[in-house]
Amino acid sequence: MDHVRYIDKTRDYYLSQGYEKSYDWARNDEVAFAPLDKPLSECKVGMLSTSELAVRYDAETEDNPITEEGFRGVYSIPADTPTERFYSRTSSFDAVATHLDDVNAYFPVDRLREAVASGRIGSIPDRLYGAYNNYSKRKVLEEEAPNALALAREDEIDALLLVPV
Amino acid sequence: MSLIARYIEEHGIPTVTIATARDIVESARVPRLLFVDFPLGNPCGEPWNTPQQCEIFETALVTLETADTPGATVEAGYSWSGGEDWKRTVFTEDQPFLSGAAQEEWLARKDEYRKLRGEGKV
Repeated sequence: MDHVRYIDKTRDYYLSQGYEKSYDWARNDEVAFAPLDKPLSECKVGMLSTSELAVRYDAETEDNPITEEGFRGVYSIPADTPTERFYSRTSSFDAVATHLDDVNAYFPVDRLREAVASGRIGSIPDRLYGAYNNYSKRKVLEEEAPNALALAREDEIDALLLVPV
Repeated sequence: MSLIARYIEEHGIPTVTIATARDIVESARVPRLLFVDFPLGNPCGEPWNTPQQCEIFETALVTLETADTPGATVEAGYSWSGGEDWKRTVFTEDQPFLSGAAQEEWLARKDEYRKLRGEGKV
């Protein structure tokens, strides 16, 4: 079976719920392209998720390891966080068809670490990135995108893997 | 997410996006898309299927290394092991995409929107 047409499905759903307009998904014809300029085995590779990735911690003895403000924008998580502590706070996934119990199914942190261990990629930064979904395309371009770029530049990454949930 | 990928790439850092919502990401157009035809929530492989996750991750890395056409989509080529029924039911009124608390929040927002619209404020 062919892939799901989410744009059509969300339009139908909005209209069926009484809205006069559906969400206006981004449309672009052109896109920038920056080729890798060295082997991946020499690259520092970052990873960014929109799964509202969070970390379990003991609030009585630990601080929240996540650096975020007000549950919006772009945030970071220590890259050495044990895998079993990660979880997703999002409800924007197909909860009928699947679940988010395995972080590696939507945020492949172990696969990333294995790639470093095997030498497939050079390294990863000391923190992983998260971004809250923002329905305002203007705000994404004015806030989330520049803030994500700032993290990427501070960490001097050579490439970025993005995993929308 | 797609807009962030575009922005990062515009500033010189190569990106690859692994996604399940092919039409949404292709409409926004990212520099490199690895499309995985799975339900929303599992773009990087089925839960606990480590070999499959490894292959998808490696395909993303190869895409990063070898893609030479801006905006091109690579298909991962897997089918969901539970069958394709999820494609028919996702995001319909019979089987709403949102459930539980998320559905309640959606309904609350809808009511608020309708109220504001009734008052001519939106």
